[in-house]
Amino acid sequence: MRILRRVWPLLLPLLAVAALAASQMMSVQVRSGQLRSKPSFLGQVQGSVAYGDRLEVLDSRGPWLQVKGEAGQGWIHSSALSEKKIALKSGDKDAATGASGDELALAGKGFNDEVEAEYRAGNPKLDYGWVDRMEKFKVDAAAAQRFLKEGGVQ
Amino acid sequence: MMTILRKPVLLLAVILFMAGCTAVTEIGTQIGTGSGLISEQEGESLKRVSNAAIKSFEDITPEQEYYIGRAVAASILQTYPVLENDAANEYLNLLGQTLAMASDRPETFGGYHFLLLDSDEINAFAAPGGLVLVTRGMVACCRNEDELAAVLAHEIGHVQNKDGLRAIKKSRWTSLAAIGLEEGMRNLGNEDLQAVAEQFSGCIDDIAQTLVVNGYARSQEVEADASAVLILGNVGYNPAALAGMLGEMDQRWDPKGPGFARTHPSPSDRLGKVQALLTGTAETAQPAVRAARFQGAVGGI
Repeated sequence: MRILRRVWPLLLPLLAVAALAASQMMSVQVRSGQLRSKPSFLGQVQGSVAYGDRLEVLDSRGPWLQVKGEAGQGWIHSSALSEKKIALKSGDKDAATGASGDELALAGKGFNDEVEAEYRAGNPKLDYGWVDRMEKFKVDAAAAQRFLKEGGVQ
Repeated sequence: MMTILRKPVLLLAVILFMAGCTAVTEIGTQIGTGSGLISEQEGESLKRVSNAAIKSFEDITPEQEYYIGRAVAASILQTYPVLENDAANEYLNLLGQTLAMASDRPETFGGYHFLLLDSDEINAFAAPGGLVLVTRGMVACCRNEDELAAVLAHEIGHVQNKDGLRAIKKSRWTSLAAIGLEEGMRNLGNEDLQAVAEQFSGCIDDIAQTLVVNGYARSQEVEADASAVLILGNVGYNPAALAGMLGEMDQRWDPKGPGFARTHPSPSDRLGKVQALLTGTAETAQPAVRAARFQGAVGGI
C-alpha cells in the first residue's frame, strides 16, 4: 500500500496526458484564426489556421487553449474552436466520412454562399454592398492595444 | 525497486494502449465509412442523425450564423442609410474591437464589425455573428467614450448570447428538416436550393422583425446589460458608464417614439437592474486624451 501511495502521484500527470492524447481534438470554427505565443491577444502570431482545421489540444489556461496542428503550435481562444467535426461543404469527402452524425456539423446543408446568392436574387433591394464594406473594417490586436493605451484605459 | 516499478509501468502501458485504441477506433470508423465498410443501413442511420441535427438555433454552425448575420444587416441597411464618415467609423471599430476581444466570445466566423447609421432615431442592432449597427441618435445619448463603449458592449452581449438566432421560429427547423437534407451529401439540386433559400429568408424575417419591431424578451435585455457591465470592467472602462448612458437616454426617451422605444424596456427600467450590478462605482472624469478623441471622432456627427 505504501508503495502504491508513493507511486500514484508520479503516475497522475501521465494519466492526464494519456487522457488528453485520447480525446482532445477540436475544429477551427472561424474563417481564419491565429496561433499565438501566449494565452492572450497580445501574444505574437505564430501561425494561421482555417475553418475546419483539426487541432490537438495540449493545455489550457482560462478560456485559452494551447493547440498543435499542421500550422504549428500556439494559443488560441476557445471561442474559435468547436468540439464538433466540421464538414466544409456538402459532398465533400469529410461530409461522408465523419465518425458519427453527432460530430458532423452540417456546414454544407444549411445556409451557405449558394443560398445567399439565391436569396439575393429574390431580394434585389438588399444592401449587401455596405455589408461587404463593413466587413473590410479590420482592427488587429496591436491597434486595439494602442487605442486603449493612448486613451488611458486600463 | 524493480518490483515496485513494474506494476505502475504495466498500468501505464494499459492506459496508453487504451488511449491509443480510442484514436484507432475513430480513424477506423472514418476509413470504414469512406471505403464502404459500413453497411448501407448504418449509413442511413448516420444520415438520420445528421438530418435530425438541425433542430434548434444551437445546431447552426458559425458559418451559417455568418450568412444569417450578413442578410440581417443587409436587410436593416435597406431601411437605414449609412453614415459615410470614415474617421467616425474607424473610431467605432477600434472601440468595438477592444470590447469584443474582452467578451466571452471574441472570435466569430467573420469577426466583429461596426457601422454608423445616419438616423436621428435612438437605435442599435446586433446582427448574428458580430455585425453591429449604431444610429447617430444613439451616439448622441453618449456623453463620452465610456458611455459609447457601454452601448457597443450591450450589442456585443446580444451577439455573445446568440439572441438573434434565438429569435428564429421553431417551425423553420421543422421545414428545413422536411426538405430532406440527407440529399445534402451532394450539392443541392435547384428545387432544394430554392426551398432552403425560402427558409433562409424566413429566418432573416424572424430576426429582423425582432430587432426592428418586437424587440427581445426583457430578460434578454437584462442579460445583455449584465454582459456589458462585465465586458466594460474587463477592458478597463467604467461599468457605471452604462448607467450614465441610460440616464441620458431617459432624458431623450419618447415612449411613443420609433426605434429603441418600441423594442426595448424603458431606460429607467433597465437602470434599476444595472445599478444593482454596479455596487457603488460612480462615473469618473474622462482623461483629456480620451475625451478629445471622442469629441473629434463622433462629437460632430
